[in-house]
Amino acid sequence: MSLIFSQDSMAEIDRLITHYPPNRKKSALLPVLHVVQKECGWLSVPVMDKVAEILSIKPIEVYEVATFYSMYHTEQVGKYVIEVCHTGPCMICGADKIISYISDKLGIKVGETTKDGLFTLKTVECLGACGYAPMFQIGEEYFENLTVEKIDEIIHHFSTKI
Amino acid sequence: MKLLLENIDKPDLKSIDVYLKYGGYNTLENILGKKSPDEVTEEVKTSGLRGRGGAGFPSGLKWSFLDKSTDKPRYLLCNADESEPGTFKDRLLMEKNPHLLIEGMILSSYALGCETAYIYIRGEYMFILRILEKAIQEAYSKGFLGKNIKGTGYNLDLFVHPGAGAYICGEETALIESLEGKRGNPRIKPPFPAVSGLWDCPTIVNNVETIAAVVPILKMGGAEYAKIGIGRSTGTKLISASGNINKPGVYEIVMGVSVEEFIYSDEYCGGIKDGNDIKACVPGGSSVPILPKHLLFKESTGEPRLMTYESLSEGGFQTGSMLGSGGFIVYDEKQCIVRNTWNFARFYHHESCGQCSPCREGTGWMERVLHNIEYGHGNSDDIDLLWDIQRRIEGNTICPLGDAAAWPVAAAIRHFRHEFEYHVKYPHRVMDADHVYQPEMKTLVN
Repeated sequence: MSLIFSQDSMAEIDRLITHYPPNRKKSALLPVLHVVQKECGWLSVPVMDKVAEILSIKPIEVYEVATFYSMYHTEQVGKYVIEVCHTGPCMICGADKIISYISDKLGIKVGETTKDGLFTLKTVECLGACGYAPMFQIGEEYFENLTVEKIDEIIHHFSTKI
Repeated sequence: MKLLLENIDKPDLKSIDVYLKYGGYNTLENILGKKSPDEVTEEVKTSGLRGRGGAGFPSGLKWSFLDKSTDKPRYLLCNADESEPGTFKDRLLMEKNPHLLIEGMILSSYALGCETAYIYIRGEYMFILRILEKAIQEAYSKGFLGKNIKGTGYNLDLFVHPGAGAYICGEETALIESLEGKRGNPRIKPPFPAVSGLWDCPTIVNNVETIAAVVPILKMGGAEYAKIGIGRSTGTKLISASGNINKPGVYEIVMGVSVEEFIYSDEYCGGIKDGNDIKACVPGGSSVPILPKHLLFKESTGEPRLMTYESLSEGGFQTGSMLGSGGFIVYDEKQCIVRNTWNFARFYHHESCGQCSPCREGTGWMERVLHNIEYGHGNSDDIDLLWDIQRRIEGNTICPLGDAAAWPVAAAIRHFRHEFEYHVKYPHRVMDADHVYQPEMKTLVN
């Protein structure tokens, strides 16, 4: 049984491939992995194999890239991944407190996923929001100048989002 | 004087109509087909513009290295990987004024003779990639991109390519590898990208701010631009200010503002938060040496220290630092230097690509030793050990990540050795204090 990506994803993949010379399809690998991860949630081996087939490259060429870049999830994660920046400037503006607050609130440690599969808590290195610290990212969205109240609101928003 | 952020607060500047309303793409119309590519390159050389990503290499000179002797296509890559801790300036430009970057890309590509160009943006900035793609579509529909731009016969295609979370891809050869769909492992140089870069073709990689600055340079002329600033630090520079200050954010300064004015003036950082005293500052992104208060405001000659490439590095690493990317991180008196150094060491360990042993092993080793010291398990030999490890990484790796990992550790020990000694000597006090700096550190270890 071969895996099939949605029509939207396939259309986007076709568009991305046109950004590179015809004999350089492999260059589309990073953007294509973003597209399929968005659809599938994470990059399982069958997903990566399918990408290799689409781009006419070997599966190992996909695996080695997927495991190098920190944004790709090679293990299953929650529906929403809370990625808290904990590098220098965020640290001195209270990132550690934010991390323990979320950890206590959701009852999970860093790296874990809530039982309902909704949230995964991760720490990440500098996201380029140092002047708006502390901050985290969920999906494509940045949440900055975080306070406990703001975090409560954000988590409530995502918990009740359909 | 503002050149890059002049209209940044105008509502909806990111749409092409608003950008055009404020004179956008005028420079392009005045240059394309009217000045030769070589004349454009000469203007950029005359301007004295230096790479705004961190290295400060003269941009016009870099352009002149592009190998034009082959029939291969040439490429311009914009480095929008912005991952140096403390740096968030390019993001502001791209989010609010994407057409300035696009206009700069077209002008620069024209000068270099490129018909395809890419903006390599860090994957976490996906929301900005969407803004850029929309702006690029607008530019195509108005005839600023595509075939026969504005009837000049010049063709250019511009695409955005996302990274996926790797600091190393800000290094130009790693960026190229990543654009080719590979792991971000830096290449051995030579050959330099200007000779053999993307798909083995001649390639120039420039930072977002560098490319954006090409627009005002060509608008006012290189000679006029060169009059702004001091000496070899010409023009304006975006500084991302963060840490324990009243007004964190991105500021465009004329090179030559004093460090003291930048930190204390209400026009910029607005002083230290909560009325605290300043302890230290990392003026150019996490890689550059940290400067303690007593070296921050004055050069070794006693002259005021200025926000220029030369003044910030005055005295070498003994008493100076670097302008770097302009990632300006301020630490108040309550911050623990050991904890900050451990934090940065963890960052570099996490971001090391793993190709070179000194970096792959050394960054992890430094992180572990620093973790031990910070958490009260260090011993007195550890400080010298750290010094030894950083010394053996510096200069012994393919790319500058090794140096970038070594320098913050070296500078922290050089200027704040007493804090490391305090941690080793009084581990319980360090633990009890919840990692907050203890005022008695200096007196107790002496």
